[in-house]
Amino acid sequence: MTVSLEASLMSAKGAGRKLLVPYITGGMDQWLDAIRAAADAGADAVEIGIPFSDPVMDGPVIQEASWQSLQHGSTPQSVVAEAADLDVGIPLAVMTYYNLAYRAGHERFAANLYRAGISGCILPDLPYVESGPWRTAAEAAGVEPVLLAAPTTPEHRLPDLCAASRGFVYAVGVMGVTGVRSELAASAVEIAARCKRVTDKATLVGVGISNPEQAAEVVQVADGVVVGSSIVRRLLDGDGPEGVAALVSQYRRAIDG
Amino acid sequence: MTMSRPTPEGRFGDFGGRFVPESLIAACEELERAFTEAWSDPSFIDEFQRVLCDYAGRPSPVTECHRLSQRLGVRVLLKREDLNHTGSHKINNVIGQALLAKRMGKSKLVAETGAGQHGVATATAAALLGMECKVYMGAVDVERQALNVFRMKLLGSDVEAVMSGSRTLKDAVNEALRHWVAAVEDTHYCLGSVMGPHPYPWMVREFHRVIGEEARAQCSEILGGGEPDVVTACVGGGSNAIGIFSGFIDTEAQLVGVEPAGGAAVGGGVPGVVHGMLSYLKQDEDGQVLEAESISAGLDYPGVGPEHSYLASVGRATYVSVTDDEVVAAFELLSRTEGIIPALESAHAIAWVAREPSLKGKTVLVNLSGRGDKDVDQMMDILG
Ligand SMILES: Cc1ncc(COP(=O)(O)O)c(C=O)c1O
Repeated sequence: MTVSLEASLMSAKGAGRKLLVPYITGGMDQWLDAIRAAADAGADAVEIGIPFSDPVMDGPVIQEASWQSLQHGSTPQSVVAEAADLDVGIPLAVMTYYNLAYRAGHERFAANLYRAGISGCILPDLPYVESGPWRTAAEAAGVEPVLLAAPTTPEHRLPDLCAASRGFVYAVGVMGVTGVRSELAASAVEIAARCKRVTDKATLVGVGISNPEQAAEVVQVADGVVVGSSIVRRLLDGDGPEGVAALVSQYRRAIDG
Repeated sequence: MTMSRPTPEGRFGDFGGRFVPESLIAACEELERAFTEAWSDPSFIDEFQRVLCDYAGRPSPVTECHRLSQRLGVRVLLKREDLNHTGSHKINNVIGQALLAKRMGKSKLVAETGAGQHGVATATAAALLGMECKVYMGAVDVERQALNVFRMKLLGSDVEAVMSGSRTLKDAVNEALRHWVAAVEDTHYCLGSVMGPHPYPWMVREFHRVIGEEARAQCSEILGGGEPDVVTACVGGGSNAIGIFSGFIDTEAQLVGVEPAGGAAVGGGVPGVVHGMLSYLKQDEDGQVLEAESISAGLDYPGVGPEHSYLASVGRATYVSVTDDEVVAAFELLSRTEGIIPALESAHAIAWVAREPSLKGKTVLVNLSGRGDKDVDQMMDILG
């Protein structure tokens, strides 16, 4: 049974819980166990990266993970099929690039996700202004299309963008690509606050949250965080699911305050 | 038919659009506004034309190739973009974008480059206008175009070898886009072809229109008021081809784009989305982008500008491909018959003219997009 991302996050938010969504690249070494470990360590949902040949929104860490996964022979079908066997009790979303959905056909791509029990889909190179046809197809197939809001999204577009986003609103914390940064940008708090003024949906800040301290700081305003590169780094360094579990626990404690 | 503005959404038919991360949408909108305004401002257009003339050496001539024509049984005219400052058509677009960037108050340029011609042109414009410039170039291309790498550095630009993916042009575009996302405030992305998100395909075409406009008048002079039967150009992203096609779109002339056999996006691809645009793209069944493989770094690109996809879909232009061997032969052919060493990219168009039997007795205008100096090292290895 597919759990609704939006309902699940809204209910946790309603209960006063800050939301933690770790990202793990599908198809890298030990990724399924890493997702199970993240779920056990207190994740509220997990974002699974489907590797793409040209990941333009990703920095060096996730590029390396994508490359490793593609070298292992991962395909969109193989990642989705393997994810279908995960029974972690929290909703799953995929993050990938638009061409994979375009090539498969919106309906087929969305139906495939739904069948595998995947609730949401994030396509960072498909901006709100181009997202209409995909959103229609995804929602018809029972998949929640998560949209990204950026620090440069103009005020006049933000309410419509947040209203169109399903699952949660992904607030991009910095002007830049995914990666590990030593300081939390002021833009992260700002974009979270702007989104929250126009939507009741859960607003999660992703891109630019690199350690538990930054996560704790940003959830003063945001409803939660998406953390990617710092987690994937652990897997690339060979720390395995245990390393992921340890880091996710640290994030959990940090945002629970 | 005319080449008009794309739709407000940046579409040429179904193709084009603005498929970039939300973070870049505002920058694309700002650029669209700035370009629209500048392109209807006579003082901007005057300045653009003045720099093209006094600095870049326009107009470029059209040369009638007597010996080659005799050899092939085809009347061949060359539009000599190889004679522009920096050695290719790329300078037209770069001067337009650099002037626009200044007007927008940006102090830095970032660019991708394949063969290095666009990188050299951008580095040149940056030096001319006193701007900072960073150029991303695939590590494979850094190796095969070492001379251009040195040129860019000499001109004061920073060149970064891109180690990701296939380490060629497409990866350099990814890296330049990543750089731009983090630097939009003070940096203009000086994209090198009629590709990318709206307004680039349209804006870059407008800056290259001058090629077609000049050629139309020059051909008319040479041909006693007539037009060539065929207008042809090589196609990587498609900027030199769009530039020359734009002058003949409303004529009877047949328009032919020549792609490399190992990177034929229109000829061998299906519609897909990468680098901000929906267009023909070489990709596998899953939608992973395939690596192009061509002897010429400037055509080593798996995609193509969206307006070419549109022209192909409505049948106004046709797209053919030639092999690396045919290109090498054409490179020698033009050198020996006319004393003109073409860029390997431009040699693709010559190769098709040399091969195509249906051209006998016809008049063909070839856009000679660049000169071959940059390729001499590589050809020394190939020809021994
Ligand atoms: C001489 C020359 N011609 C053609 C091209 C290909 O670009 P386009 O297809 O945009 O004209 C290049 C690119 O580097 C080039 O240097």
